[in-house]
Amino acid sequence: MTDDREAILSRVRGALAPLRERAPLPQYDADMAVLRKMIAGRDLAELLAERMKRVSAHAYTSAAAVAEFLKAGGWTRGYCDPALWPQLAPHFGAGFTVETDFDRKRVDDYAFGITRAAGAVAESGTIVLNDAATSRRLAALAPWVHIAVVERATIFSDLTQAVAALGPDRNVVWVTGPSKTADVEGILIEGVHGPGVQIALIV
Amino acid sequence: MRFQPIDQYSAGLKADTRASVYQSTKSTHEKRTKLLFDQFADPDRLRELAGEIKQHAIENLDTYLPQVEARLKANGAQVHWAGTAESACATVLKIMRDRGATKMVKAKTMVSEEIELAHFLEQHGLEALETDLGEFIVQIDDDHPSHIVRPIIHKNRREIATSFEREGLGAYNDDPGTITRRARHFLRHKYLEADVGLTGANFVSAESGRIVLVTNEGNSRFCLAATKCHIVLVGIEKIVPRDCDLSILLNLLGRSGTAQDLTVYTEFISGPKAPTQPDGPEEMHVIFVDNGRTEVLASDCREILRCIRCGACLNVCPVYRQASGHAYRSVYPGPVGAVLSPLLMKDKFPQKADLPKASSLCGACNEVCPVNIPIPDLLLRLRNRAKEENVPSPGTPPMGAWALMASQPTAWKAALAGGKLLDYVPTKLIPVPALQAWADKRALPTWRGGEFRKWLRQRAK
Ligand code: SF4
Repeated sequence: MTDDREAILSRVRGALAPLRERAPLPQYDADMAVLRKMIAGRDLAELLAERMKRVSAHAYTSAAAVAEFLKAGGWTRGYCDPALWPQLAPHFGAGFTVETDFDRKRVDDYAFGITRAAGAVAESGTIVLNDAATSRRLAALAPWVHIAVVERATIFSDLTQAVAALGPDRNVVWVTGPSKTADVEGILIEGVHGPGVQIALIV
Repeated sequence: MRFQPIDQYSAGLKADTRASVYQSTKSTHEKRTKLLFDQFADPDRLRELAGEIKQHAIENLDTYLPQVEARLKANGAQVHWAGTAESACATVLKIMRDRGATKMVKAKTMVSEEIELAHFLEQHGLEALETDLGEFIVQIDDDHPSHIVRPIIHKNRREIATSFEREGLGAYNDDPGTITRRARHFLRHKYLEADVGLTGANFVSAESGRIVLVTNEGNSRFCLAATKCHIVLVGIEKIVPRDCDLSILLNLLGRSGTAQDLTVYTEFISGPKAPTQPDGPEEMHVIFVDNGRTEVLASDCREILRCIRCGACLNVCPVYRQASGHAYRSVYPGPVGAVLSPLLMKDKFPQKADLPKASSLCGACNEVCPVNIPIPDLLLRLRNRAKEENVPSPGTPPMGAWALMASQPTAWKAALAGGKLLDYVPTKLIPVPALQAWADKRALPTWRGGEFRKWLRQRAK
């Protein structure tokens, strides 16, 4: 409310007025929190795969391997970004029912969703999604399995770099492993609201 | 004998609840410490730095608040201000009414608990459903959260299974996986039906106007994928100066709170969805809430406004481990709550003035705090305030007789000589109830009164 705005700002000014000095903004090396030793000299795609495994996510470098994994899990019905499907379809073959339109009235019909990632962060095993790259926010979230297609060249080494490259997109989401909770007696359960299985297909 | 309210609450705690709170806080704390020290050469330097960043931000809110407001507006969000809890609730209600909205899905936000938003909206005939698993269980049980990060740390799986059965979420089953699956199924349809998604904000960048939100479950992400209107409820102290400061803070938050390198979903939201994106909010409202924060800013305890709500100080605190969260009778329990809750009471400060006293001042909270808040110092300042305001303090032994004795040299010397008796008389027989209660669980060391004076006299020779 408008009067609240003025009231709050004037209380803030009043509270700060007696301070003789204000705490300065510290100057620091932006890389301070980067796990340099772990990253140095590593191939970023390999490191990403390794770090994803640590947060119980999976990384593959071939579409055929992803299709096999899905089949083995019994996840044969899903959604794929229409821009990606022409390249992926040949690797999936028979036995899959894939829609390129996501119907929110049937969210539970999609066992998997395949969408494009905007990038990834090797250090933390994170996939970066944003509105420009993701064809449907829901398709990257509601199905049990999410497959993010990550281009090798878009992998950042660390979080500090990824923050610096957030860019103009109004919605950027970093996904580090499957959705999880430990609310019930501290026991880790995966797949609460989002995917129980998180996969990166590195191309 | 009467005790402080916090002691009374904690005395009523069931033994198995106490044991499970103790176990899970202890194990989270140990994992946190191992992770930080395994990965960083000097994690304490990082904590200090994060503290300096946040201290700068709160001491320059007069610059940053108008700046962030302008950024958000330029990004297409609407900005509102709420001085009080009532005003914040009324603002949310108005946004919903203007859209003809009746159903809200909520991600976890501490501010919404502070202003009791869900109750308020329900009283006005609107639905406000918690979607964080723990908060959802708190809501169906009409209970209160007892930990900032783990709201139902005080409940066991059998209690939860019983609640689910009562609410028609399936036959009794206390397997945590089944409980989670049932909540998943029930809640996803609620998201899709809802008109409005409400979230908090962990950080707001003054530079870009980005709202940063972290969750492990993905519930806030679902709110923002399924609904058409996003309301952000945020305390005015959540500002950070620049985007680059976020990487320091995010690196510390997940590790300190839940011993994760990074929380699963970290969202950076700077406005409504892109026009090309089919899912998500077309409208975004950000409500900046004061509700007592400017008073804290004006006080000598303003450092507490650095808090990033990680919960690490709760996990390490020997008092929290024994007392659990409800004993603090506030939205914010543990060491952070012992400082923040009395301050947020404004003129009702005396009602929570017992909390700063429930501490041995061991300093563990300061040592783990990712923004290095000197909590023990702040507790002392609040104890001082309670004394100055003459807040009654039941259970504290009367110190008048002591003061009299300690200020009379002859009386003091006599007492020192007589103190030797304490080695022979059982403490149970000392006719001071407060001392008896204290000595009930402790043994006194051998009396050494007068030694210092003896030593001093010898030195002087
Ligand atoms: S006071 Fe520090 S340790 Fe406690 S919750 Fe806040 S940030 Fe975490």
